[in-house]
Amino acid sequence: MKETMISDSSMQAGRGRSQAPAVERELKPPGTRPESAVEEFVAQDYKYGFYTEVEQEVIPPGLNEDIIRLISSKKGEAKFMLDWRLKSYRRWLTMEEPSWQNVHYLPIDYQKIIYYAAPKPKAPGPASLEEVDPEIIRTFEKLGIPLEEQKRLAGVAVDAVFDSVSVATTFKEKLAELGIIFCSFSEAVQQHPELVEKYLGSVVPHSDNFFAALNSAVFSDGSFCYIPKGVRCPMELSTYFRINARDTGQFERTLIIAEVGSYVSYLVGCTAPMRDSNQLHAAVVELIALDHAQIKYSTIQNWYPGDKQGRGGIYNFVTKRGKCLGAHSKISWTQVETGSAITWKYPGCILQGDHSIGEFYSVALTNNYQQADTGTKMIHIGRNTRSTIVSKGISAGHGQNTYRGLVKILKGATGARNYSQCDSLLLGDKCGAHTFPYLEVKNSSSTVEHEASTSKIGEDQIFYCRQRGLSNEDAVSMIVNGFCRQVFKELPMEFAVEAHKLLGVSLEGSVG
Amino acid sequence: MLEIKNLRASVDNNEILKGIDLSIRAGEVHAIMGPNGSGKSTLAQVLAGREAFAVTAGAVTYQGRDLLAMPPEERAREGIFLAFQYPVEIPGVSNLYFVRTALNTIRKQQGLEELDAMDFLALAKEKMKLLGIDETLMGRPVNEGFSGGEKKRNEILQMLVLEPKLAILDETDSGLDIDAVRIVADGVNALRSAERAILVVTHYQRLLNYIIPDHVHVLYNGRLVKSGDKNLALELEEKGYSWLEQGAAA
Repeated sequence: MKETMISDSSMQAGRGRSQAPAVERELKPPGTRPESAVEEFVAQDYKYGFYTEVEQEVIPPGLNEDIIRLISSKKGEAKFMLDWRLKSYRRWLTMEEPSWQNVHYLPIDYQKIIYYAAPKPKAPGPASLEEVDPEIIRTFEKLGIPLEEQKRLAGVAVDAVFDSVSVATTFKEKLAELGIIFCSFSEAVQQHPELVEKYLGSVVPHSDNFFAALNSAVFSDGSFCYIPKGVRCPMELSTYFRINARDTGQFERTLIIAEVGSYVSYLVGCTAPMRDSNQLHAAVVELIALDHAQIKYSTIQNWYPGDKQGRGGIYNFVTKRGKCLGAHSKISWTQVETGSAITWKYPGCILQGDHSIGEFYSVALTNNYQQADTGTKMIHIGRNTRSTIVSKGISAGHGQNTYRGLVKILKGATGARNYSQCDSLLLGDKCGAHTFPYLEVKNSSSTVEHEASTSKIGEDQIFYCRQRGLSNEDAVSMIVNGFCRQVFKELPMEFAVEAHKLLGVSLEGSVG
Repeated sequence: MLEIKNLRASVDNNEILKGIDLSIRAGEVHAIMGPNGSGKSTLAQVLAGREAFAVTAGAVTYQGRDLLAMPPEERAREGIFLAFQYPVEIPGVSNLYFVRTALNTIRKQQGLEELDAMDFLALAKEKMKLLGIDETLMGRPVNEGFSGGEKKRNEILQMLVLEPKLAILDETDSGLDIDAVRIVADGVNALRSAERAILVVTHYQRLLNYIIPDHVHVLYNGRLVKSGDKNLALELEEKGYSWLEQGAAA
């Protein structure tokens, strides 16, 4: 199989669609007076925008082979890792930043980014929680992620990543009793090099796309998870990503391997301080499911979205992909994307095993000047493979929301089936919704269905709710949440409640 | 309870209500009848606070307060309920959740404790039984995929749960068969009390066989041209509306 078929650089070519080059965004002053119920509802402040003062170890900005060697040596990595990083860097130098996506931003200066920033360890070696800076523990507590034993969320194990490094992983020992490995990526490189070497880059090759190549060269940490044969992971595993330092980029990698007949549900959350400058987050996530294994991966992405005039915010260029390697395996992606100034991600599934199943459930919300170009890729290779895509885009303020999805059914994928549904909801009249579905079907026995709708939130609906006593905000929040229900019901319970609240928060003030 | 004086309202500069005067006291049931396009629904919606209609003149006092200055949700919380002629669908939001949220919002305003899911379900079940409504209706999204009759009954169900002080029924009987009309009427009659007032807007006299009004008014071309007791409704049924034209033109 050729790489270009599935890589995230492949949504560009040969589609006869000319894309505007990245240009400086025109910033208009915000409306002086909210004109409709919707506008008033959408303006509310980001609640996670604080900064934590910690002693940091920061390397000089810029990117070259020495920087990569420095990162690798800081991690005490084996040679195979350094070689892989350098190979990726050299490849990255030959690549061009993609410009086909429907988002606009000023060029990123990769020499100005700091590629490694970490809180200074109090003692060398792997830190126990007692050795973690209390400021950091307090930071996560403030974010609703307690790391201390007695306060931990029941049934959720957390790997907490602060800037470039993982600072704590909870429930590690308990999981180890079942043979489950759940640790930081750095630790996995040290403790389980054979697994890392075998699977790293096996789903997202180092050459996949510009941002994946960059990540492969400089990634500093992330989470690693291995579920052994026949084990059903008894708790939700999660990683919480926090960007704290200024002028740094966050480049983390997640690798999840589900052995034959195993099951795991994995969650990701992310937040960052409010700043006027943009920060880059370029992550890579690889999932591997063997025969009859199931991986459920849920994201609540709430990076700082920038202010109401579109200043600041995270540039979120992320490559996430799962490979259903085994027969009857299943990978589900559920994402709630409410943050970031720019979101660029297409979590996809390579359905290689016969009878394997891929799912993608997405809610993407863009408010103020946020831009999202997101969707999925379902690559049907095996026989009787099935995929389901449900995408809900919500645009408010001046937000631009693009769904971009590829369904590809290869020659050998006899009996493959896909169902896609893309719905867009517009709040106000200055926002936009765009849908770019790509279908490539090379097997005549397959079935592909696509449904799409675009609607404006109805004044009728709002009035109906208000006549029953609901405030304007509550009415819009209820209608929007109803619109997203199909996706929210795929989230684990606690996170569905979070998502529900988050959507209300992200939209507040957008209605008038 | 409700005092309407010289109320004028228009939509897109087209005047629909041309000076309405009406006084409703607690304990009374008023019926407003009139042909299509006379302004019946407009009156109902203006009272509920629909912003699409511009009030150009007049005053409305509700329980001593300036009703026109209150946003729709405040009117609702103060006890005004509109049973919609065309109930609106809200996909993905369960009827149960919707009505409970509404009830708790109103209870909060009244300084009462919110009802939890269990207590609310018990209350809703009791009302559903009264109206002969299938319990599965509560689990479905608000009005989505409901038949016309189900939508109307759902309005009455909400009314019984929310127990308004002033209930306005906008053509709730239209499109219903005779059994459904009777069920709706039973619901309304169950709500009748000395503290409440009910305003029934209808095209046909039929509903008034089951909800006996204290006062009947005829709305014609934006004005109340005639008022009387329940016999006026029977008279209209017999003669139709055309005989009013002369009176209205004057």
